[in-house]
Amino acid sequence: MTLREVKEILEADVLACEELLDREPKSACGSDLLSDVLAFTRENSLLLTGLTNPQVIRTAEMSDLIGIVFVRGKRPEPATIELAIMKKIPLLATRLPMYEACGRLYMRGLRGCSEVE
Amino acid sequence: MTDEKPLIELERKIEGGDFQSAGDVSSELKRILQQIGFPPSFSRRVVIAAYEAEMNVVIHAWRGVFRAWIFPRYVHIEVDDEGPGIPDLELAFQEGYSTAPPHIREMGFGAGYGLSNMKKCSDRLEIDTRVGEGTKVTMDFFVRDV
Repeated sequence: MTLREVKEILEADVLACEELLDREPKSACGSDLLSDVLAFTRENSLLLTGLTNPQVIRTAEMSDLIGIVFVRGKRPEPATIELAIMKKIPLLATRLPMYEACGRLYMRGLRGCSEVE
Repeated sequence: MTDEKPLIELERKIEGGDFQSAGDVSSELKRILQQIGFPPSFSRRVVIAAYEAEMNVVIHAWRGVFRAWIFPRYVHIEVDDEGPGIPDLELAFQEGYSTAPPHIREMGFGAGYGLSNMKKCSDRLEIDTRVGEGTKVTMDFFVRDV
């Protein structure tokens, strides 16, 4: 599944790096704890989160994540978007709450980080 | 460390409480490791551990110095801070234990995985801490995943 398909499935807006939506996440994780993201995600994963501060982008950068979806209508501050553009990390924003956003993607076959090699 | 001459030595200051710049040092380290051409899985674990150490200084300490020595098949990192120190190191290593204040938790940090994650990512981790003075974290990483 590409990020473009993720955008459609989640009825999401693109906030950064529209030109990189052909990327394909290998797995995904939903978390509001950056410590968990750093400790348990795989590289090339998609992160779904309700956090919007710039450290989310930093965490994605360090963990080699492929993109970020902000859930439940959260919009990041401009500094977060600027950093994402600089680091070439696509940002999506959906009105769906975390559980539903994760559920839709999972039903369409995007696996969790602990399920992929 | 060995007597071998490093390819690159990096030394950067870290300011406690400066969340705007937090991550800059690890980001720079990542760029350097990528340019040298280390395997991505190796760079990833070095950079994640470096970022955890950098964030610990920003969150808990007053100021610190980050030093990295990059060799062809090995990276040595030392993060030395002036700060409160760690009163109970065994407890600090326990997953889920954290002394981070509420505003740090609101940012998504302080879940109590930092030290254990640094241990997991590195091949050797040493922590030297003096309460009321500061903490020095030393980590080594060897290229093994080729």
